[in-house]
Parts: sequence; C-alpha cells; structure tokens
Amino acid sequence: MTMTAKPAPAPAPSGAAPGGGLLDRVLKVRELAIAVVLVLMLLATQLDNSAFLSEQGIKDLLLNATILVLVGVGQATVVITRNVDLSVGSTLGVTAFAAGEFLRGGGNPLLAVLIAVALGAGFGVVNGLLVSLGQVPALVVTLGTLYIIRGLDSIWFGSRQITAADLPAGFVSFGRDGLGALPYLAVLTAVVLAAAAYYLRNYRSGRDMYALGSSPEAARLAGVPVRRRILAAYVLCGALAGLAGALYLARFGNVDSGTGSGYELTVVSAVVVGGVAFTGGSGSLYGAALGALLLTSINSVLPSIGVSSVWVQAIDGTLLLLAIAVDRVVALRVAAVLRKRAAQTRSAHHD
Amino acid sequence: MTDLGKAAPRPWARDALRWDTAVGALLVVLLVCSFAFVDNFGNALNLSFLIGNTLPIALIALPMTLLVVSGEIDLSVGSTAGLAGAVMGRLWNAGMAIEVIIPLCVLLGVVCGLVNGLLVTRLGLPSLAVTIGTLAAYRGIAQIVLGSDSVTDFPQQYLDFGSGRIGGSFVPQAAVPWAVLLAVAVLVLHATPVGRSLFAVGASQEAARFAGVRVKRLKLSMFVATGTVSALTGVFWALHYASARYDNATGLELSVIAAVLLGGIDFDGGRGTLGGAVAGVFLLGALQNVMSLVNVSAQSQTLITGVLLVVSVLAPRVARQVARARHRTAAAPPPPVPAAT
Repeated sequence: MTMTAKPAPAPAPSGAAPGGGLLDRVLKVRELAIAVVLVLMLLATQLDNSAFLSEQGIKDLLLNATILVLVGVGQATVVITRNVDLSVGSTLGVTAFAAGEFLRGGGNPLLAVLIAVALGAGFGVVNGLLVSLGQVPALVVTLGTLYIIRGLDSIWFGSRQITAADLPAGFVSFGRDGLGALPYLAVLTAVVLAAAAYYLRNYRSGRDMYALGSSPEAARLAGVPVRRRILAAYVLCGALAGLAGALYLARFGNVDSGTGSGYELTVVSAVVVGGVAFTGGSGSLYGAALGALLLTSINSVLPSIGVSSVWVQAIDGTLLLLAIAVDRVVALRVAAVLRKRAAQTRSAHHD
Repeated sequence: MTDLGKAAPRPWARDALRWDTAVGALLVVLLVCSFAFVDNFGNALNLSFLIGNTLPIALIALPMTLLVVSGEIDLSVGSTAGLAGAVMGRLWNAGMAIEVIIPLCVLLGVVCGLVNGLLVTRLGLPSLAVTIGTLAAYRGIAQIVLGSDSVTDFPQQYLDFGSGRIGGSFVPQAAVPWAVLLAVAVLVLHATPVGRSLFAVGASQEAARFAGVRVKRLKLSMFVATGTVSALTGVFWALHYASARYDNATGLELSVIAAVLLGGIDFDGGRGTLGGAVAGVFLLGALQNVMSLVNVSAQSQTLITGVLLVVSVLAPRVARQVARARHRTAAAPPPPVPAAT
C-alpha cells in the first residue's frame, strides 16, 4: 500500500501535461500487474509478521530499492534503444570510490556527488561512442568495459577501503535518515525517476529512443539521429550509475574494490521483470522502477516470513523467467486476437 | 556480411582479415615469447597449471561456439556448472557411490539445457533474457541444495584425475576427454550437415527454415549440449579444485563469452570457427598465466582482458572500413557498386 505511494506521486506531474495521461498509465496492464503483485506480497507479509510494515520496515524497503531503481532507470533507457549496458556494476563501484576518496580529502559532499555523476557519465560516453560509432554489439562492448572499469577501479583502489568513519557525518546521515518513513534517498530517486520518465515520454528525443528501439532502420530513415540518441542513452545510464554510486557510499558508508561486482545482472533482471523488453522499443521507466522495487522487496520479505535466505536467488531467477514467459504468452494471445479480428473485417468487406 | 564481400578486393587482404588466424598467430607468438623470455613458463608444472585452469573455459567454449554460431547465447553455464558441483557434493555426503553421482549430474545438465532450450524455442523468448533468469535460478537451487557447506572428501582416484598429469608430461589427464569433445565439436560444426545448418540458421533463421532446416529442434539440441558440457565442467571443477561449493564457477559465463568473442565468433550468429574459439580461450588463459608469472597484478589482468575484448570486436570492423575506403579510392569512379545504404 504504502509502497505504491512512492511511484504514485510521479505520474501526476507528467500525466497533467498531455492530459488524461494518468488513466492511460493506470490502464497499462504490465505496470499494474507488478504493482498488484508487490502490494499483495507486502500485505501477506504484513499479515504474517505485523512488525514488517513498521515505520522502520517501510524505510528499509525504500532504502534497499533506491540504488537498484536508479541504476535500473538508466539501464531501462539503454534497453529501450535495443542495447544493453553490462558495465553499470563496475561504474557504480568506481564512482562510489571516487566520491569517497574525495570526501576523505575533506571535499564538499555535493561536489562529491557531482564528481561521481560526471565520472559515470564519462564512462557512458565511452560506451556510447563505442556502440554508436564503432557499431559493435552492445553486449560485447559493455562486457569489455565491465572488465576495463573494474580493472581501473582495483588498480586505483588496491586493497584500500573506505568506511563510514572517513566520511562527513552529514553525508552518512543523509544516506540513512529521512522524513518519517520516507528516506531522503528515496525522495531523490523518485525525483530522478519522474524527470527521466517525463523526458522519455514527452520529449521528441525521448520518443526517438523508443522509435529506434522498435526499428533502428525505420528510425534512421525517418530522420532520427540514431547515433546521438544511443550516445545520450548511454550517458544517462552512466550518469545514473554514478549517482547510484554516490548514494551507495552514503547509504552503506563502506566501499572496497569489489563493490558493485555482479550488479549488472541484478539490474538487467529488474528491468526485464519491470516489462522493458530486450527487443527494444517497449516498456517504461516506471515499470523498471517497479521491477527493481519488487526484486528488492522479495529479498526483505523472505527472511521476515521465515524463509531461509538461501531461497532468495532461486526465487529471483524463477520470477524473472515467469515475468518474461507471461509477457510472451500474453503478447501471443493479443496478436492472435488481433489477427482474427483483422481476418473477420477482411471477410466482411469481401462479402 | 555484404560488407565482408565488398571488403575483399585481394586474397591476401582477405586472409589478413580472417580474425581466427590472427588470434591463432597471436597465441603462437605469445607462447614462443613466453618460452623464450619468461622464467618458469616452460616447466611442466606451470604448463599443466595453465591448461588445467583454462580447461573449464575451454570445455564450455566448445558447445557455446556452436550455440553462438546458431545465433543464441547461454549465460547460465557457470550456474549450471555450480549446480552440478553442488548436487555432486550433496549426494556424496548422502553416501551415494560416485559412479552413480556423476551420470546423475550430467543428466541434470541435460535437464538444465532442456529448460533453457524449451523456453527459447517453444515460447520464442530471447535467449539472453531466459539464461539470465536461469543463471540466477540454477545458482539459487545450488545454494538451496548445498547451503554454505563445502564438500572436499571425494575419492582420491577421482581427485587425482581432476588435478593429475599424464605421466611426467605437462598434459593434465582431463585434457584427454576435452580433446575428444573438441574433435566431436569440430566434426559436427565444420564437416557435417548439422554444422552447415547451424551456420545457415545463424545467418538467416527464416531462410534456413524455408530450406528445410528444423530450426527449433537444432537450437534445442545445442542448448542441451551446452547444459550437458557445463554440468561435466562443474564435476571437473569440483574435482580439480577438490571442493564442491554452491558458488563454484561463479562468473565463468563471462570468461567463456569473452574467450569465444576474442576467437572471432560473431554474436549476430552465422560466423566463426572452433579453431578461433580454442585459440581465443588459450590466448586469454596463457596471457593470464604469463601476467601472473611476471607479477602483473590480478587487477591489471582484468583490465587487459577488457581491452583485448573491445579491441577484438573493434579491430575487424575498423579494418573492414579501412579496406573498403581503400577499395573505393582505388576504383575512383565507382562502377555499378551498389551504394552503401
């Protein structure tokens, strides 16, 4: 219940502009389905364990989700253009460290966050240029930059570690505190999510990303600057991974050279569960955010209803498979219905 | 693909552009230099380490090459290997005979491959998404099966097989089954109608289907082969490192894919050779071994792997562009060459 409160305020501003967008959004079955699953799951857990949705419990749920939501939003943008970015985990790690290193030297926290975002955007530029100019498959390029960024991270980092004691107290408390049950990090994430979703939904360049994801060739012929849009998607993804890195530092206060490794697959899962298809051109950022929220909530729900944490990963994987399988089956059904309807009208014309 | 045709003005240029020969040559150069200049590289123990540590990647790279040629991918191989190892450990703890356990583990690999393959071929789902899902699911099941235990007390003769060498030579015993599998894979891919069909499906699935290739069945069998070999690899991994844990072989999928890519297998499907894949696998393996010997840190090794990977996909494309540009300037007023659209 309270969970939907977070994404819910977001549609209002974006829905207001084109008019009637809110209803549209509600009718989007995919996002609704995830939201329903999420709410049912949380309610059932609450019934089983009444301490689950306490103020602290809700806060933890939101805090756990923020970082994955941020990275997921960037990833979803890239996936919508029919590409993928596997280097986000490495980017998150290196930007968290960069921000931490800057703060340890007595830097300004706001500047530290900006540095992390800029560094992430820089890696995004590299990825974007390689994919768009080099015309190399995104999977390969970003697998390569995953290794490269991780390598740079560990060379620079060595075996050093940043702990909360190295960071200014204000920065750490920003990562943990909030307005009642609403953490500052979640507010920040919601703002970023709403802005990115508004951009992708209402701006021409945002719509271009959907267009080129649906059919790169058609988009190019229609005059979409394909390379520039792909570059923009990667820069956004890198910048958000950088922001997530800074928030990771604020949240956990603890960074080493392994931070964020293996995160790329979690992010991709969240995006796919959220209904953003690998084939490009479909899905929404809100869906991706809900997917991320669902995945992180499951990780909190299972222990609190007494399921051993060894089950978490198996359930995550099964959920991902279910999500894509159900999507596909529904799509096939809809296509069949449409075909039948088209055939009927055709035969009607014929008679 | 049409680019390649256009970019082949002279035979020498075409040969130079063959990526798999280039990788093979690079491997030879690396080996020769290492024998000559790197201390301790050439001794039998080090070479056996090199091969033994590379074998898991080399094993999975075989079916993975076939699968990628047909235009699909399997990211769940590391988890399948981990699951096979975990089940092996669990059953061994339960007192079952190892002669029964190993076939069961291989059968498990068949099932894992079937699940991937059925989801991809019957439901028409993208293999990338499916196998990211099963990557998590299989690893999760491994965790459920074995928890945080680690099983180490396998029978000595099997452990010897996993880490032993043939006589006093540098060849690990497990390299023999690998060589057999390699021979089978080479025959299938490069000398049988099945192999031709794989290339055809990878190049154009629709065309292959109209030409009478049973696309779904072919792809399914490739997924099953990948699952089976991954499970075998998991068994080998547990014996080689004398430890069955649920997190065995974590991240192996990325190493396999990096090696296969380096070997010039095109991820759009339809192109690649097993020679290239094997050269890629051992180039990465040898490079890592040499870098450790000359005290390059593990971190720098990661970096170099990444750079190699990016260069390996970028270089052929740049070379092709350059060749095409040169071709175009050579034939200044272009005859009826279809304009590159």
